[in-house]
Amino acid sequence: MTRFRAIIMAAALALGAAYPLRLVAQQSPAASATSQAPAPTMADSVLDARTAAVAEQLRCPVCQGESIQDSPSELAQQMRDLVREQLKAGKTPNEVRAYFVSKYGEWILLDPRPHGFNLVLYAAPYLLLLAGLGVIVVAVRRWTGGAQTKSAGP
Amino acid sequence: MNWKRAAIASLAAVPVIALFAWGFTKDPNNIPSPLPGRMAPDFSLAVFAPGQPPMALPVGDTVHLAKLRGEVVVLNFWASWCLSCRDEHRTLSAFAKRYADRPVHFLGVLYNDRPAPAISWIDEMGGQEYPSVNDVDAHTAIDYGLYGVPETYFIDGNGRVAFKQTGPVTDAILTHEVDSLIAALPAGTRPGGSADTAAPTLAPAKTKGTP
Repeated sequence: MTRFRAIIMAAALALGAAYPLRLVAQQSPAASATSQAPAPTMADSVLDARTAAVAEQLRCPVCQGESIQDSPSELAQQMRDLVREQLKAGKTPNEVRAYFVSKYGEWILLDPRPHGFNLVLYAAPYLLLLAGLGVIVVAVRRWTGGAQTKSAGP
Repeated sequence: MNWKRAAIASLAAVPVIALFAWGFTKDPNNIPSPLPGRMAPDFSLAVFAPGQPPMALPVGDTVHLAKLRGEVVVLNFWASWCLSCRDEHRTLSAFAKRYADRPVHFLGVLYNDRPAPAISWIDEMGGQEYPSVNDVDAHTAIDYGLYGVPETYFIDGNGRVAFKQTGPVTDAILTHEVDSLIAALPAGTRPGGSADTAAPTLAPAKTKGTP
């Protein structure tokens, strides 16, 4: 039993010693040459995230209210590829969006720009909220006022 | 008191009803394209369907839009899986044949399709007078702000998009647009001129569409 324990201990120690060795090996120049593959995947995932961020804001032309990020359609896929290509070529997300607006008009943006008539869209919820509050205030005043006159009545 | 309440309610309803009424006058499928009036995005695409003489181009040849400057270009995006493309095909092909000796180029652009089914579709439809090129990655389609097929772009002699037709073209549309664009060409444009005869009028190659 003790021998078995000793073997396990030795194995654990050996693994423990091997772990830092592996780290050193990964950092050595010879190893880094072979482990270059993960580096582009890191860059790829960053590019993927940037592509997704732009694609989420662009409307899919052949769908109903869906972004090109969410749509499985072929055109959406090709548009995502184009977004990715343009970002990779060094365009900023704003430039990529501007490209699509120049081709499809503002319609392509899922969130319309807050200027001109579009401002109505942005202001309407707050205006309606204010109007609703106004209605509540008037109603509550009327109700409480009514209750007072009623209680005062008899 | 009641008439006052009714008046306020009706007044509040008026803008809502007006907004809906305005909305109903709009076709949600008819999205205005920003392209007409702007330079047509340039492209270089390979021919996969040659068309018939005298419009025929060798398969594999590259069509460069900028080289057609000086003449009218009718660009028709289509696909073999597109039902509406069947409706317009005969009209478009017959019109192209009728205008073969006029300063106008007809070009089909294959969208989200493969050449093999597209070629058998052309055979099935009884041929296509003008050549078709393949837009492999749909970049040209996106450059033109394409929503679906068929869509047809009429490009004037200066390389500007004059008109965009969403959905099948009719003989009346073709006649009206092509005739007026040919009439607007500068005098001396040779009828039936090929890309080569138009070449001397070429402005230095314009860059891709984005203004």
